[in-house]
Amino acid sequence: MKKSLGRRLFLGCNFVFLALLSCLCLMPIIHILAISFSSGTAASAGKVVLWPVEFTPAAYQNVFGKPEYLRAFWVTIQRVVLGTAISMFLTILTAYPLSKESSQFGMRTFYAWIFVFTILFNGGLIPWYMTVKAVGLIDTIWALVLPGAVQVFNIILLLNFYRNLPKELEESSKIDGAGHFTTLWRIYAPLSLPALVTTGLFTIVWHWNSWFDGMILMNHPDGYPLQTFLQSIIIKMDLRFLKSQDIELMQKLSDRTSKAAQIFVAAFPILVIYPVLQRFFIKGIVMGSVKE
Amino acid sequence: MVQLTRRMRREWPLHIMLIPGLAFIIIFSYVPMVGILMAFEKYIPTKGLFGSPMVGWKNFKFLMDYPDISRIVFNTLYIATMKIIAGLIVPITVAILLNELRKEWVKRTFQTMVYLPHFLSWVLLSGIVIDVLSPSTGILNEILGLVGIKPVFFLGDNQWFPYIMVITDVWKEFGFGTIIYLAALTNINPSLYEASEIDGAGRWKQTLHITLPGMMPIIVLMLTLNIGNVLNAGFDQIFNLYSPQVYESGDVIDTFVYRMGIEQAQYGFATAVGLLKSIVSFILISASYVLAYRVANYRIF
Repeated sequence: MKKSLGRRLFLGCNFVFLALLSCLCLMPIIHILAISFSSGTAASAGKVVLWPVEFTPAAYQNVFGKPEYLRAFWVTIQRVVLGTAISMFLTILTAYPLSKESSQFGMRTFYAWIFVFTILFNGGLIPWYMTVKAVGLIDTIWALVLPGAVQVFNIILLLNFYRNLPKELEESSKIDGAGHFTTLWRIYAPLSLPALVTTGLFTIVWHWNSWFDGMILMNHPDGYPLQTFLQSIIIKMDLRFLKSQDIELMQKLSDRTSKAAQIFVAAFPILVIYPVLQRFFIKGIVMGSVKE
Repeated sequence: MVQLTRRMRREWPLHIMLIPGLAFIIIFSYVPMVGILMAFEKYIPTKGLFGSPMVGWKNFKFLMDYPDISRIVFNTLYIATMKIIAGLIVPITVAILLNELRKEWVKRTFQTMVYLPHFLSWVLLSGIVIDVLSPSTGILNEILGLVGIKPVFFLGDNQWFPYIMVITDVWKEFGFGTIIYLAALTNINPSLYEASEIDGAGRWKQTLHITLPGMMPIIVLMLTLNIGNVLNAGFDQIFNLYSPQVYESGDVIDTFVYRMGIEQAQYGFATAVGLLKSIVSFILISASYVLAYRVANYRIF
């Protein structure tokens, strides 16, 4: 069928519009990347747009040469690994009983409400802080891992996924003599891979991006994860804690090209993993949110 | 009794499985709720939660008399409402336009690009926003300078600040927001389009009379679920972008609680403010879930 002129015009304009819109999402990051590889003088003169001017990797040498930055990086890696492992274990384990019908598990609805209520209501910032402090987690890596270990939204996503699996699977494994634990690890967990990858990805990204907990739960900047470290350097320009009297170092970490390099390094892992996992999270979100 | 033991024998592994999750959630979500007591105390850290003197409603009265409070509440509602509305219109429009693209790989490339900002933290994005909007070296002001506009200090100007919050938030989230609408679009029955074509309807008419009504349930659902967010103006974003000179237009409940509680150590007062917010949010979120259930038969679990 031949397309009318108006239709073709629309398709052309639509393509151009969406292309511009997509570039708008990417361009600020490319701009930052270009600044990070430019010389300090070119950057402060405002000459850099989307391509480095007077190319130099100096900013990156600067950043990776600083033990403060590397230590913060290490704290983040620890919290991502520990936090994701613990969270995923809890999510898989908790979602299973909650996915049962009330006829199979009498207290299911009661338990589900205990979890859901925490999304609806919370004690607020100060009591939460006091609790974490009372448990004795302040200034330890566990402060960044344990308080957020139960991710109720992920549990709901996964339990809805479990519920969409064919009932026959569970029945046949029961007939074969498998208990609940075996059914969960051998059948439910492997089959819910798209949902697990989705929740896992969200948890990794959440841990990677968290900065607020580090800021209030760590008295000592040595315990700061990367994002908290960057927050204090780039946003608040709080250089007190570098405990170095070295003015040059402060300037090096806070000048425009170094800031850009630090932002890009922190964004890089995410830039790499999210396109790969895209099809999983789209499928996971759509399937987890549909109930039959 | 026999029935109960049989049930117990069948169900005990399910109870066991819930113990770790419950333990965490009790310690880190329910124990803090006991701490709400602080809102009625003049909390003294050395005396602890149960040793500090009770002051009744004093913290709440102090809040009512606090000179800036109406401005803070207004800022919160203003920024949050604009975000909700823009955060609904932009993703819906983009989803419909993306759906018009005929080549699958083009569509997927654009989608990948627009999802990106969602996955970056507000710390990094704020770093980028501060750089781009800087009045001295920022690229936006450079471009404005080319057409003869004097540099604007977007993040330091009360005229601009709330709108910059809305625009940058929409920029971060609209791409991710399209996922759910694109899914809704693929669920519309293709025979509706075929039938309307035979009746001579153009693409625009089809969008108006088939696509939009087909998406309506999910649009209503998303709007309803967002009602609970009118008190969430976005702490992560505002905290990283504001400064004392834009408190007038940008200070919101969450940033206020943070400054009072963590920076100024007025624990009782900050807890009282937080408690009021929690209660209002609780009512709004519960109401929105009930509404979503009635309107769209939506259940969270």
